[in-house]
Amino acid sequence: MLAGINPGADEVRPGPNLGEPADSRAVSSHDWGIMPDGAGLPDGSGTAGEGKPIYDRLCVSCHGPGGLGDSADQLAGAQMQLTDEWPEKTIGTFWPYAPTLFDFIRRSKPMMEPGSLTNSEVYALTAYLLYLNGIIPEDKEMNAAILADVEMPNRDGFIQVLE
Amino acid sequence: MSGNNKSPYLTPIAGNGLLDRRLFLQGGLVLGAAQLVAGNARAARQEPAARPEWMSVPGQPFTLYGQPAGYEDEVVRYPSPNRQMRNSGASWTPLHMLEGTITPNGLHYERHHNGVPQINPDEHRLLVHGMVRQPAFFTIDNLLRYPMRSQICFVECGGNSNAGWNKAPSQAEAGYFHGLVSCSEWTGVPLSTILSEVGLDKKAGWLIADGADAFAMNISIPVEKAMDDAILALYQNGERLRPENGYPLRLILPGWEGVLNVKWLRSLKATAQPIMARNETARYTELLPSGKARMFTFTMDAKSLITSPSGGMVLKQGPGLYQVSGLAWSGRGRIEQVDVSADGGETWAPAELQAPVLPKAFTRFRIPWQWDGAPAVLKSRAVDETGYVQPEREQLVAAQGRHGFYHYNAIVTWSVDEYGTVTHVYTSEAQQADSDISIDAGWD
Repeated sequence: MLAGINPGADEVRPGPNLGEPADSRAVSSHDWGIMPDGAGLPDGSGTAGEGKPIYDRLCVSCHGPGGLGDSADQLAGAQMQLTDEWPEKTIGTFWPYAPTLFDFIRRSKPMMEPGSLTNSEVYALTAYLLYLNGIIPEDKEMNAAILADVEMPNRDGFIQVLE
Repeated sequence: MSGNNKSPYLTPIAGNGLLDRRLFLQGGLVLGAAQLVAGNARAARQEPAARPEWMSVPGQPFTLYGQPAGYEDEVVRYPSPNRQMRNSGASWTPLHMLEGTITPNGLHYERHHNGVPQINPDEHRLLVHGMVRQPAFFTIDNLLRYPMRSQICFVECGGNSNAGWNKAPSQAEAGYFHGLVSCSEWTGVPLSTILSEVGLDKKAGWLIADGADAFAMNISIPVEKAMDDAILALYQNGERLRPENGYPLRLILPGWEGVLNVKWLRSLKATAQPIMARNETARYTELLPSGKARMFTFTMDAKSLITSPSGGMVLKQGPGLYQVSGLAWSGRGRIEQVDVSADGGETWAPAELQAPVLPKAFTRFRIPWQWDGAPAVLKSRAVDETGYVQPEREQLVAAQGRHGFYHYNAIVTWSVDEYGTVTHVYTSEAQQADSDISIDAGWD
């Protein structure tokens, strides 16, 4: 029945219909996804100044002071650009969407205790990383309304292959 | 056995002693006997016991779950974990120590972003939501009641073979260089069945898949692929999934980059647009020399490599007849042909493809090779049913640069010296050019 929308699809096999209906409360508690336009961003707010001590406590051991990288990704402070001999793919030089930072930090970080940060702590870390990359001023508060409008330097840096 | 009928297939059909692939099928016995004599002449061997120790005592009792022979304890995965987060990184399938096309479950490659979760299947749910008529949870027990289908296909990490981007050729053994790919029979529920039950909105273009690991990995998948051949896999090679391969539920998207085959699958959200997750923007995109990066490069292109002989091996028994054996695969369909060269690509001979040749699955190729003891340069080149030809490294680097990190599928070249030692080489000029061996991204 749905195969018609996808020309390559095989015929859809019928199933026993054993899904248990999920109400909106259950769905929203399981759905942590933040879309690139900011859809899904929760309440809360934070600044780079609030983010730095969190970073220095939870992130610095792998990502290095100031996001310069260590056993884990370099996040900021790129000296080489994307066309140089040793490109440095940092948040500032490479990441196309700011809300992705919130999505990723909230779901995956910190590595030893993922999911333990409050939404405001995630906003603060996001602000600190954007500040380290020179994208926002140190005192700029990040929240749901503002984060979606942050313009990332490499926003147009991707070619969608889609195959 | 008649010793005087010389096989018509003993005349080389390509440079440096590549023989007709049909030799092993029809003419092998004659040469096999000759080799045995030569081998005996070279080293007088101890006569084997007529009744060895294991025939003189009763054997071992039954086992609940069988293990490999103790003598095979070097046939293991090769983990390359992050320096600090030892549960994060990749672990390689020892392709150079395996034959056939199916990867044993305990040797399937691993790629984890924050370890292997120990999931209680009774507490695990798949939530399907977003642009659907009826959002729903599915228990594992319920999914096990659905009509299933099986498919033998490879899963390959997008970062497989990435040491190939290095300026100097890596000397890691073949599996520990190219072994972030494995091939299994996956069995589970066609995703199209579930999507039709929940009433997928016709305007939905993407499914955002989330995993139930500590990383809560997420990534976007086109609805078209989901409706075409995606499987909600519950079984791998006949048994339930291994924890490191997604127990109790993983997505299988035949032929597509490994990271999209989300393990420990906990939710699928139908959306109009992709989520632009970290692992489809900052990672798993290929930076080009222009400074732009390719994204949503889903399909793994055709690739092949000779697994025996391969880097690190030594042809200790000296000149003689060898079997060149390797693997080829393509995310676009069936392997059509694999050509092998023993003279560095001057001349090529078609290898025998082991039947059945399945789409998006490992295909084993083999060809006999009469090594005369002189230096030789072995290569294999795959062609798939779309006509795609595996590129030489120079072509790939010319097109993609050296900082793409992912999707390295160039022809692999093995050099055999006069002692039979096999090493990985590019062209001689490239080796002299630079000895810088580092690649510009890690596995965290």
